[in-house]
Amino acid sequence: MLAVEELHSFYGRAHILQGVSFAVAPGAVLVLLGRNGAGKSTTMKSLIGLVRPARGRIRLAGADIAGWEPHRIARAGLGYVPEERRIFTELTVLENLEVGRQPARDGRPAWTPEALFALFPNLAELRHRPGGRMSGGEQQMLTIARTLMGNPRLLLLDEPSEGLAPVILEQMAHAILALKAQGVTVLLAEQNLHFAARVADAATVIETGRIVWAGSMAALQADEAARRAHLQV
Amino acid sequence: MDFVVVQALTGLAGASSLFLVAAGLTVIFGVTRVVNFAHGSLYMLGAYIGWSILTRLPRDPAWFAAGVLLAALATAALGALLEMGLLRRIYRAPELLQLLATFGVVLMVQDAALYLWGPDELTLPRPPWLRGFVAVAGSRFPLFDLVLIGVGPLVLGLLWLLLARTRFGVLLRAATQDREMVAALGVDQTVLFTVVFALGAGLAGLGGVLSLPDGSANLHIDLDVITDAFVVVVVGGMGSLPGAFLAALLIGELQAFGIVLLPKITLVLVFLVMAVVLVFRPHGLLGRPQAVARGAAEALALVRPAVPALRWLGLAVLALALAAPLFAGPYLLSVLTEMLVAVLFAASLHFMMGPGGMASFGHAAWFGIGAYAAALATHALAAPMPAGLLLAPLAAGAAAGLFGWFIVRLSGVYLAMLTLAFAQIVWAVVFQWDAVTGGDNGILGVWPARWAGDPRVYYLLALALCGGAAMLLRRVLYAPFGYALRATRDSPLRAEAIGLHAGRIRLAAFALAGAAAGLAGGVFAYAKGSVFPTYIAVGHSVDALVAVLLGGVQTIAGPVVGALAYTALFDALLTTSFWRFKLGAFIVLLVLFFPAGIAGAAQRLWERGRPA
Repeated sequence: MLAVEELHSFYGRAHILQGVSFAVAPGAVLVLLGRNGAGKSTTMKSLIGLVRPARGRIRLAGADIAGWEPHRIARAGLGYVPEERRIFTELTVLENLEVGRQPARDGRPAWTPEALFALFPNLAELRHRPGGRMSGGEQQMLTIARTLMGNPRLLLLDEPSEGLAPVILEQMAHAILALKAQGVTVLLAEQNLHFAARVADAATVIETGRIVWAGSMAALQADEAARRAHLQV
Repeated sequence: MDFVVVQALTGLAGASSLFLVAAGLTVIFGVTRVVNFAHGSLYMLGAYIGWSILTRLPRDPAWFAAGVLLAALATAALGALLEMGLLRRIYRAPELLQLLATFGVVLMVQDAALYLWGPDELTLPRPPWLRGFVAVAGSRFPLFDLVLIGVGPLVLGLLWLLLARTRFGVLLRAATQDREMVAALGVDQTVLFTVVFALGAGLAGLGGVLSLPDGSANLHIDLDVITDAFVVVVVGGMGSLPGAFLAALLIGELQAFGIVLLPKITLVLVFLVMAVVLVFRPHGLLGRPQAVARGAAEALALVRPAVPALRWLGLAVLALALAAPLFAGPYLLSVLTEMLVAVLFAASLHFMMGPGGMASFGHAAWFGIGAYAAALATHALAAPMPAGLLLAPLAAGAAAGLFGWFIVRLSGVYLAMLTLAFAQIVWAVVFQWDAVTGGDNGILGVWPARWAGDPRVYYLLALALCGGAAMLLRRVLYAPFGYALRATRDSPLRAEAIGLHAGRIRLAAFALAGAAAGLAGGVFAYAKGSVFPTYIAVGHSVDALVAVLLGGVQTIAGPVVGALAYTALFDALLTTSFWRFKLGAFIVLLVLFFPAGIAGAAQRLWERGRPA
């Protein structure tokens, strides 16, 4: 589905991604783990085109999308859910969903607000509520729902667990597993190992802009040395 | 009582016209974050195009309405072309450069309109139905003004429907808040921005063509209208349509009653209202704080000591300047004196704008106050020249300190607009206070003292004062105060957290810059022997801005290089035909291709291949 090869990205003169390579199989949930500042968010932004990669290839279903404008990348099937949520606070829940709406693809039925309200029942009560007057957890659900309205082939979830109460976190894990069951491919950036273990099949660990470990989620669970070396603070 | 009703209705008609222009400006700003100085030019084009269309059509109401719509559509198309040709390329540029580029467009459109429609005012022949009156409260009220009163709310309603009920409107509102996120959701902003710009331009054109029955198409309306529109948009809150409507009502009524009750100070009154609103609501009546562009924190160049080569170059230029009286004739010396004044004027603006981060669109105010202080000292007080030259920076510094108290609370575009407003107040006072300032005729006979009457002596005096003051400003930047100033620019919060009083530091810098500009004005007054209100006009403020940006705002040598280059270029262009068009085109090209200015480009060239 997605193959990243030797990706390099800069913020000004700072060399953040120093040759990142990994691949996500169709229908899989891959988690990108790493400490603060390791390069997780920069990887996500480089994939959607908000940060323009300096070098490297990004193959999405065959096409090399590195260097494309963000709107083209989104239309090619990458759905980006930012860490900061970036809800349109003056727009209602339904209007937020409308901004994300794009045509259906691959012969699959298009996401509708009603289908998304089934996935995130909390949102159903809030259709006409402005995004600015919602709790953090509700905003997190809305930002995922908004991106799903674009019917992405692959969903980029940047730290969806950040700052959420345990009960909301549980709902979020359910939602991700439900998406997986429907065949949506997911790339998840996380620091929360427990949450990652609930939803991911495979794991890739990033440290100072390089991939330092890759394997199945189960293998990472078993490899205490790797976890201590790359993830523990 | 009848008088009140009729004036209130007149105010409503004025408010409608104001709203049409301001609505376009605010919609464009909301989405693209570009403050479109050329919006008044689009209004002017709407009026001219409307004149060309309406004078060719039958004179009944239906054809009139069709002609008005056609003119608005034509202006919208021109707006789309402007967006595709220029603005699209500068969305990522600093906002000041955008403002400047659109000012370049203002100059170009002025000469283009002069070429196409000639210098004369064009009025619309008014058929009987356009001259009709209705009886209101016992008086006769123009029928067309009643139509205008209806147009404002109608347009507001249609815009509201567009924003609330269409996908385009939802996208537009979303992009107003976070356009990067809108793009990441798959929306092609290129199209969105072009359409928004065309919409705004169409509204400006509509305002322009609807101004014809009560006014005329002429070459001055662009700047008149843009000043009014800026006031309305800033008072209402940039990007807010209801805010623009509210502010248009406020300003429209203020103008209608002011013109009857306080005709002399209406303009001052309008800007005073704006200042008061901004002090209590820094983002306008219904505006919100602008979201800081994410991840786009500009890395500003560090201020470093000059490299030895640059020092030697500076010394060589100084030696040449000192030696100039030995070989230069009186004319060249007077040009050189003007250049020195321009250098100090630009350096003083650079001081607050580069390291201070406070971009001003009204810097000419302090220059003008200095010039008038010197002239009035000579005339009214019969003071000797040295006293006049001392009074110039003191008066300008004091005025800058007073106005600055309001201004330094704001930042970015709002700050630039408030400086423009204060400059317009100063201009209006000078222009209308005939008894003291001589009004339009200025003050003549401001000659230097006998000992400085020789152009060579006056040139050396100017060199000592302007050069000395510019060097002093430079010295201040390398002093702890300069570091503190840059700290408040880069992060006011963090500066406060380490114990700096950000407001006081900004105010001190503002007053110092004002005093330096005032000194430049004083030196200029004695050099020219006269002072005029044009010294305070918007155009003169823009001269300083272009000089600074031409030189490069992030380099210390920038304003010097820029002032010299700009004065030389201006003198060369002024004698040619259509010089405004050429100057405008030059400004646009400058912004497109040399955004870092001459000194910035030279610095990059110099640093190439050298370790940082």
